[in-house]
Amino acid sequence: MTVRRILMAAAAPVGAIVFSVAISSVVLMIAGTSPLEAWLEMLSYGTRLETLVTTANRATPLYLAGIAVAIGFRMNLFNIGVEGQYVLAALLSASVGAAVDLPAALHVALIMLVAMTVGSLFAGVAGYLKVTRGVHEVISTIMLNAIALAAVGYMLRHWLIDDADTSLNMKTPEIPPSGRFPNLNGIVETFTREITRGRELWGFILVAVLVGVLFHLFLTRTRVGYDLRATGLNPFAAEASGVDPKAMVMRTMLLSGAVAGLIGLPEVLGNSYKYDLAFTRGLGFTGIAVALVGRNHPAGVAIGALLFGWLDSAAPILDVVGDTPREIVSILQGVVVLSAVVSYEVVNRVRRSQEARDAAAATRPKQELEA
Amino acid sequence: MTTLAVELSGITKRFPGVVANDDVNLRVAEGEIHAVVGENGAGKSTLMKILYGMQSADEGRMLVGGAEVAFSSPSEAIEHGIGMVHQHFMLADNLTVLENVVLGAEPRRRGLIDRKAARRDLEALGASYGLDIHPDDLVETLEVGERQRVEIIKVLYRGARVLILDEPTAVLVPQEVEELFRNLRELKARGHTIIFIDHKLEEVLAIADTITVLRHGRTVSTVDPADVTAHELAELMVGSELPTPSTEPRVADDHVTLSMRDLSVVDGADRPTLDRVSLDVQRGEIVGVAGVEGNGQGELVEAILGLRQISGGRLLLDGEDIGRWPVRRRREAGIGYVPEDRQRRGLLLDAPLWENAMLGHQTMAPYARGPFLDRSGARSAATRIVEDFDVRTPGIDTSARALSGGNQQKLVVGREMASSPRLLVAAHPTRGIDVGAQAAVWEDLRTARRDGLSVLLVSADLEELIGLADRLVVMLRGRVVAELDPATTTPRILGGYMTGADE
Repeated sequence: MTVRRILMAAAAPVGAIVFSVAISSVVLMIAGTSPLEAWLEMLSYGTRLETLVTTANRATPLYLAGIAVAIGFRMNLFNIGVEGQYVLAALLSASVGAAVDLPAALHVALIMLVAMTVGSLFAGVAGYLKVTRGVHEVISTIMLNAIALAAVGYMLRHWLIDDADTSLNMKTPEIPPSGRFPNLNGIVETFTREITRGRELWGFILVAVLVGVLFHLFLTRTRVGYDLRATGLNPFAAEASGVDPKAMVMRTMLLSGAVAGLIGLPEVLGNSYKYDLAFTRGLGFTGIAVALVGRNHPAGVAIGALLFGWLDSAAPILDVVGDTPREIVSILQGVVVLSAVVSYEVVNRVRRSQEARDAAAATRPKQELEA
Repeated sequence: MTTLAVELSGITKRFPGVVANDDVNLRVAEGEIHAVVGENGAGKSTLMKILYGMQSADEGRMLVGGAEVAFSSPSEAIEHGIGMVHQHFMLADNLTVLENVVLGAEPRRRGLIDRKAARRDLEALGASYGLDIHPDDLVETLEVGERQRVEIIKVLYRGARVLILDEPTAVLVPQEVEELFRNLRELKARGHTIIFIDHKLEEVLAIADTITVLRHGRTVSTVDPADVTAHELAELMVGSELPTPSTEPRVADDHVTLSMRDLSVVDGADRPTLDRVSLDVQRGEIVGVAGVEGNGQGELVEAILGLRQISGGRLLLDGEDIGRWPVRRRREAGIGYVPEDRQRRGLLLDAPLWENAMLGHQTMAPYARGPFLDRSGARSAATRIVEDFDVRTPGIDTSARALSGGNQQKLVVGREMASSPRLLVAAHPTRGIDVGAQAAVWEDLRTARRDGLSVLLVSADLEELIGLADRLVVMLRGRVVAELDPATTTPRILGGYMTGADE
C-alpha cells in the first residue's frame, strides 16, 4: 500500500519531466540541432559544483515564491500579486536595513520582519478588497502589482536613493555587515572542494527550508491549517464546519504576503546588500509556475524550484558550446508546467478509481452476509 | 386500445449504494399528456434520463412506437423523436433565439449555415403551434417563460414527437404556467405526446390525462386524474401506510433546548423566506418538520446553524441568545448538523476519512489541543466512529469520495453523534441512501433521543417523520402552518397541510 502510494506520487513528476524533455527534443530537432548533444552539455556543465551553487541560489527565492503562491492556492485563492509584494518588501526592508545599526542577529531579524510585514500588508489590501467589496483577488493583485512597481520606482528615485552614489545605477544605501546573511561556503567546502569563481552559497537557503517545514507543519498540524485546507477542498462544507470564510481569506492573504516578502532577501542579504536597478524581478510570476509544478506541496514545490533553478543555471552553457539556442530551456520550463498539471490529474484519476474499488470491496462481503 | 408512444417495463437503475429505479413501468399513450409525479428522490428524473438516453438502465425494456430501442446517447433518442426540456435551461445566453434553436442541428448550404432556411423553418414552426417567437432577440434578454418556450421549440425543431418536460413549472410564475399549459394543449392537439414531471399536485390534475406515481424508485400506481383528489395523490406519493406507532415512550422533559421566537429570514430581495417562526425543541425530543421542498425548511436549518443571517426574532439555545453568534461558536456550543446535501455541506471529498470525521469539530477534543490538531486523537476517534456507526471502508485513510452514499452518510451522522451534541439539526438524513443505511441512521437518532438529545428533523419522507418524531410541524411558504401529533396523523393529513389544500 505505502509502496504503491510512493510510486503513484513519483509517477506524476517523473512523467512530467520525461514528457517535457521529449517535447523539447522534438523542438530542437525541428530547429535542426541535436537534442542529445544539448542535454549532455547541460548535464556535464550542470553538475559542476559552481553550477550547483548557482542552482541553489536561484532556487531559494523561487522556492519562497512558490510557497507564497501555494499558500493561496491551497484555499483556491490566487495571489498573483506576489511579484509586487516582494519587490516592494525588498526595497523597504533594504532601506530600513541600511538605516539602522544593530547587533548581527537582531539586524537580520529586523530586516526580515520589515520585509514580511510589508509583503503581508500589501497582500492584505487585496484580501480586504475581496472581503469587504467582493473584488476578485486576481484582478486586485494584478492591479496592485502595477501600483507596487510604480511606487518602488518613485520611492527609489525620490526618497530612498543613496545620495552618496553618483553612478547611473540608482540604489539604496548598502546594508552594513551586521545586517548581512553569512554564506555557507565553509560548510560545503568541508565536504567537497573549494568553490571557485567567487561563487557563494547564500545562507538564506536555510530560511527557505525552515519556511517549507513550517508551511508543512502549519498545514498538517494546526487548526488554522486544517481550516485553510478544508476551505480549499470545499468552501461550503468548511463554512458549515465553522470556518469564517472572510476571516480565512484575510489570514491566507496576510500569510501568503508575509512569505512573499522574503523572496527578495536571499539576494539583498546574501549578495547585493542593497536594492538597485539590477534587482531580480519576475520571481513572483515564476513562483506561480513553480507552485503548479510542485502541486502546492512543500516538498513538491522544492522539486519545482530546484528544477527551474537548475535549468536557469545550466542553460548559459548552450551559448558557449554548440549551436543550441538557450531559449530551449524556457520552452522546457513551460512544457514542464503543462505536463505536470496534466500528469497529476491523470494519476489522481487512477488513484481515485483504485480507491473506489477498494471501498467497494470493503463493503461487499458484509452485504452478502446480510443477504 | 390506443397505441403506445412509449412503453418502459421493468426499468432498474442502480447507483453505488442507491437503487434509483426499481422495476419501474411506464406506459404512455400516443397524443396524451402523461404526468410522472413523486417526491424528490423518487426516481423521476433518473427515469427520464434513461428514456432520453442520458443514462442507460441496468435492466428493463424500452419500446418507442412499438419497437424496442436502446439509447446510448440523447442524439439517438432525438432520432427516435424523443426530446427533453431540462429543468435548468441549456441555452447560450449570448446567442439569439434563432441561433440557439438551430445550434447543433444547423441547416447547411455548401458547408455554411443556411440562415435563411433556419429562419423560415423557425417561423413556420412558431406559426403552426401558435408559439410567440422573436428569432433575433438575445436569449439573455428573455424572461424565464420565454426561455422555456425556446427550449420547447428547440426540441420541436429537431422533430420530436414525444416531449419530456422535467419540472417545467418549477421556475415559472402562475401566469407563465397558464401560458405553458396553453402551449402544451396546443401541442397535444397536434398529436404530440408529452411526458410531464412535477410534484405540484393541482397543476398535475389540471393538465394531465394520465398520472403515474413513483415512490422510492418504484411505480406505485397509474391513475386517471378524474378519479383522484389532490389528497389521494399526495397519499400515493408519500405512501399511505398507517404510521408505525412509536414504540418509544416520550422521554422529553420540560427543559427547552432550542427555542425560536418569531424567527425570520429574508432573501436578497427582502422577501421573507422564513416568516415569524416560533418553535421549541425540548430535551429528549425529536421535532419533525414537514413541508414541500422550498417552503423555508432550508432557511430554518441554516438560520439555526448561523449560515444564514436572521432578520428578526430570537434564537435561544438553553436560554442563551445565539442569534448573532458565528457558526463556529454555535458548533462549539453543541449544535450538531447533518446537512441536506452531504457532499456539498458535509464532506471534504478528496480528504481522508479521518479528516472528514473531525469536520465541524476541529476546534474541540479529541481532534484538537489548543491551536494544534491532535492527530492521534483524531485518528482514533475516526476509527471509533467507523466501527460504531458501521461505515464500510478499507480504512480511515481512504478518501471520502471513494465511499458509497450510504457510507458517507453514516460517517456524517456518526461524527455528529460522536461529539455528543445538545441539539442535532438533521436535514433529510436518509435521502438517497440504501435501506440498510437508512435503518442504521434511524436507529442512531432513536438512541440519541433516549440519551436526552434534542433533534430538529427536516424531512420529505413522511413515514420517517411520523415514525421518528415526537411532535410534527408543517411549513408552508416560510411559516409554520400546523402542529400535529404523529400518533394521530397520517401522510394524508400531512399532505393536505403541506400543499395548503386545507387552508
